[in-house]
Amino acid sequence: MTDAWLAGAKPLAGAPGIRSLTVDEDAWRQAAQRLAGEGARLLALWGDDSGVVPRVLAAFAIATAPNPAPAQASTPAANPAPAAASTHASEVLLLELPVERTPGRTYPGIEDHFPAASRMQRAAAELQGLQSTDPDRRPWLLHGSQPQDYAFTRVAGEGVHEIPVGPIHAGIIEPGHFRFSVVGEKVLRLEERLGYTHKGVERLFASSSLLAGHRLAARLCGDSTVGYSWAYAQAVEGLAQVTIPPRAARLRAVGLELERIANHLGDLGALGNDAGFAFGLSQFSRLKELLVRATETALGQRYLFDLIVPGGVGADLDAAGSEALSRCLEELESEVPRLRDIYDEHAGLRGRYVGAGIVPPALAARLGLAGFAGRASAQAHDLRVDQPCAPYAEFPPGRCGGVAGDVAARVAIRFDEVFESCRLLRRLAADLPPGPCRVELPLPPEGATAVGLVEAWRGPVLVAVTAGAAGRIRRCHPHDPSWQNWPVLEHAIIDNIVPDFPLINKSFNLAYSGHDL
Amino acid sequence: MLKTLRQIGRLGIVTESPPSADPALRLRTRLQARILGVLGRALCIRAIDAGSCNGCELEIQALANPFYNLEGIGIRFVASPRHADMLLVTGPVTSQMRVPLERVYAATPDPKLVVAIGECACSGGIFATGAACVGRVANVIPVDVAVAGCPPSPERILSAILTAITATGDAEPSGSVPSTPT
Repeated sequence: MTDAWLAGAKPLAGAPGIRSLTVDEDAWRQAAQRLAGEGARLLALWGDDSGVVPRVLAAFAIATAPNPAPAQASTPAANPAPAAASTHASEVLLLELPVERTPGRTYPGIEDHFPAASRMQRAAAELQGLQSTDPDRRPWLLHGSQPQDYAFTRVAGEGVHEIPVGPIHAGIIEPGHFRFSVVGEKVLRLEERLGYTHKGVERLFASSSLLAGHRLAARLCGDSTVGYSWAYAQAVEGLAQVTIPPRAARLRAVGLELERIANHLGDLGALGNDAGFAFGLSQFSRLKELLVRATETALGQRYLFDLIVPGGVGADLDAAGSEALSRCLEELESEVPRLRDIYDEHAGLRGRYVGAGIVPPALAARLGLAGFAGRASAQAHDLRVDQPCAPYAEFPPGRCGGVAGDVAARVAIRFDEVFESCRLLRRLAADLPPGPCRVELPLPPEGATAVGLVEAWRGPVLVAVTAGAAGRIRRCHPHDPSWQNWPVLEHAIIDNIVPDFPLINKSFNLAYSGHDL
Repeated sequence: MLKTLRQIGRLGIVTESPPSADPALRLRTRLQARILGVLGRALCIRAIDAGSCNGCELEIQALANPFYNLEGIGIRFVASPRHADMLLVTGPVTSQMRVPLERVYAATPDPKLVVAIGECACSGGIFATGAACVGRVANVIPVDVAVAGCPPSPERILSAILTAITATGDAEPSGSVPSTPT
């Protein structure tokens, strides 16, 4: 990020290490090519038609020098934070491309450099009327509910047939449509059709106030409620130029790690069950229940839908709550290793997990596989380590990772992350700094944009907020890492057999509601 | 194998007793007590997410854990509406889930019960004014019992299920759990 073309990039409020740069169409294409060449990852791409001139925005994560560089001399003296921007292992560049509002107008697409951009560009075309030049112009989120009217890519050949699945699935899960092209049991191609849970949340945000939007942010994706509400709050606090109290930052991290453990435990149980090992489901679902009950004792809710508010947190951890958390962690730390042994030694499970749904590291890098699934395919990115916001700079998690990229690797990393989050939680919840849990926010200036970015359990959750007049939201775009990972699932299933799909799918456990907007 | 058996033996049975039915959750009564008696001993449920955030799904899934042990009281989730006696519906019914929801209802054999789970299913919740949402489940299909909460706890969900299969009147168990307005 030392290049001259980035000289004009301005630091952006919100999450640490984000800069923004307004570009024209030529620079947009050149930047995409250059960023792809440098191994940058597309975090999100979205449209914004709320201003006088509509814009297309794209956020890229760029790895910086692996060793901490010397601190910038120009760091404002008013900012005493020890972690200056230059010490980050990665940075985020937000490119803004103004697009004239004329009928038939297009902007240059970037899916050749970043394949994950394709669906995001299709969504921007539907929701904001900003059409890219890329060839796939089928609707993505808005389709009426009639999958048969959608132009699925057809696989021709002797013995090839299609299996349509969904939108309503056999389990207790979210709706979406999968179209398999198979020969016998072998999957030749999977094409996903999502959007069934599209609720128009961006428009709902636009009718909300900045200080009330966290309630909606927390309800975009129920399993990642802490991740979303934190990213939203981070953006609003950036707009208001407020730093939250240390105690609030610690409690947010407690919530985020509890959410990470709860989801991994739930999925580890389901992954056992999907491989015919019901014992796994009952054991892990018992542990998950213990965890959400301890969470309720500690912070007031089984799932922390209302923990995070702009300016801090809405609940505090007292001695009894700490005690409940600590007892639960003890139970997890003694039970989970026992269960891991059983999973590892179970020949039936190994037979189903090893070699199923492989995403090789090169493919993961090309498609931008995010979060823990990326880390299981040698994509060692974790915002908590690479671009830590408070309190993670003080409480860095150890890096978890794998290289095999199969179901077994995604199971292994979930165990690793459960252990690591338990270790982190013990430190986070101990000796909480005294002081308030919340500060009042001043009214942010109209027109400013800030970006929140949080490593939620599934991967990086990005929430971009532009302030409107009188404390309203002009534009809010929430982005789920599932946008990047859903297309990778289509690759992971190729050449596997149909009965392994539930297992492979669950090993990723991607979001529908968080993705569908 | 030995480790697995030892683990099962070590933990024993953790199942808790189920909550009572709660007549305050009932919106309407159609089925005769005789039919409800039959359903109540072996109830098959089809869960349908009609656009929820996945929060209610997490709590419905929790009913299968050993503490609530739904199958232990003769209730199980099935993969097809053709096999179901009850539909458990979540979400502020998105425009794009309206037709699938209507089709599932039509595909479920009579007599059938519908239980709406969660704030969104009861009122549309925070998404009620969303342009891409139809709103509460009762806007699309008839609802027998509804339980609010964001999300409702597994106990409340179980209570709603038991309410739907408990006949009104004298069959109502006394000392039911305190009601919340829905």
